Amino acid sequence: MHELSITQDVVRTVVDHTDGRTVAGVRLRIGALAGIVPDAVRFCFDLATQGTTLEGAWLEIEEEPGRGRCRVCRNEFEMADLLPLCPCGSTDAEVVAGRSLMVTSVEVV
Amino acid sequence: MCDTCGCGATDVRVVDPGTGAVTHTHDGVTHTHEAGELGHAVPEPHSHDGGRTFHTHDEVPATAEAPAHSHGTTTVELELDVLGKNNALAGETRAWLAARDLVAVNLMSSPGSGKTTLLERTIRETAGRQVVVVEGDQETLLDAERIRAAGARAVQVNTGAGCHLDAEMLRTALDSLAPENGSLVMVENVGNLVCPALFDLGEQARVVVISVTEGDDKPLKYPHMFSAADLVVLNKTDLLPYVDFDVEALTAHARALRPGVRVLPVSARTGEGLDAWYTWLAELSA
Repeated sequence: MHELSITQDVVRTVVDHTDGRTVAGVRLRIGALAGIVPDAVRFCFDLATQGTTLEGAWLEIEEEPGRGRCRVCRNEFEMADLLPLCPCGSTDAEVVAGRSLMVTSVEVV
Repeated sequence: MCDTCGCGATDVRVVDPGTGAVTHTHDGVTHTHEAGELGHAVPEPHSHDGGRTFHTHDEVPATAEAPAHSHGTTTVELELDVLGKNNALAGETRAWLAARDLVAVNLMSSPGSGKTTLLERTIRETAGRQVVVVEGDQETLLDAERIRAAGARAVQVNTGAGCHLDAEMLRTALDSLAPENGSLVMVENVGNLVCPALFDLGEQARVVVISVTEGDDKPLKYPHMFSAADLVVLNKTDLLPYVDFDVEALTAHARALRPGVRVLPVSARTGEGLDAWYTWLAELSA
């Protein structure tokens, strides 16, 4: 249950970068391999924004697919979870995408 | 999920069991209460900024007015890492530790894997660096008391409802502990195989402790934790004859997530395998 503290960090990040303006909407990018459950972030968002300039804002989450690069054949392939399995049969790969946890943009009034 | 889960919230306390002094941080301000002041809320409004603002610890955040309805909003591109602040603080802690020749190890596991027993034995038997301990638990000073009884200095971080340590908590704990240069700082994270994996504390190495009573499929069930491991300590090997636990299967599962990770079988109770653990610790350098 780290999504509440993560969501509180989202709110702090936005507040720190919007100069006290009212925020009408927030866009996040959450990677499939980031260890964050988007629905749990949505659940926490209303609570975490209470009493802030984000109160009542909408939340849009773009889910970034996971990708790995095989250390054997060097090809990139999609990773649905953290257990890599390259089409070449290798299980030795590094994650190259899907760990994002970013505030991409906000709508301010 | 509940609205009282206090991850990163105002109820984190760092307690020195020796003096009873409690340090905590809220609203970005860290301060210490002397012994006897703690254990109950501070009911009256008080100030941490020289009297400019006052608050109580149980106040409910004021409800803001509903945002004005407007169709003319402006898009502000941010592209900011949400964990950026934690990671930046962890980076500062890492540099702070290195400048003092301090080595910090983050021990993570599910509750009951034997982290505290492993630490007690490590304190008694390890040569070389002096060991100090940061104990993370939701409540009680029990583990810090055990560590002190074993002969090391320790502070307890009580996270309240929080499920993990973060960079700010370790920073506060280090300020309270003030370890001597050259010490080994063992950080016992909150017993939890999920949340602690996401938060860089500024440690040198991450160790995942798993015991043979837990099942050899645990890496597959908690992939984030094992994919972040620099070492896997397999504890309670003295119980292997009594449980269905396949050490090779565990090793294969752990390496599927973290290629090449070393798995160290030990028994913190009998001492079996601990020499390799002490050697691994001794080879860490700031």
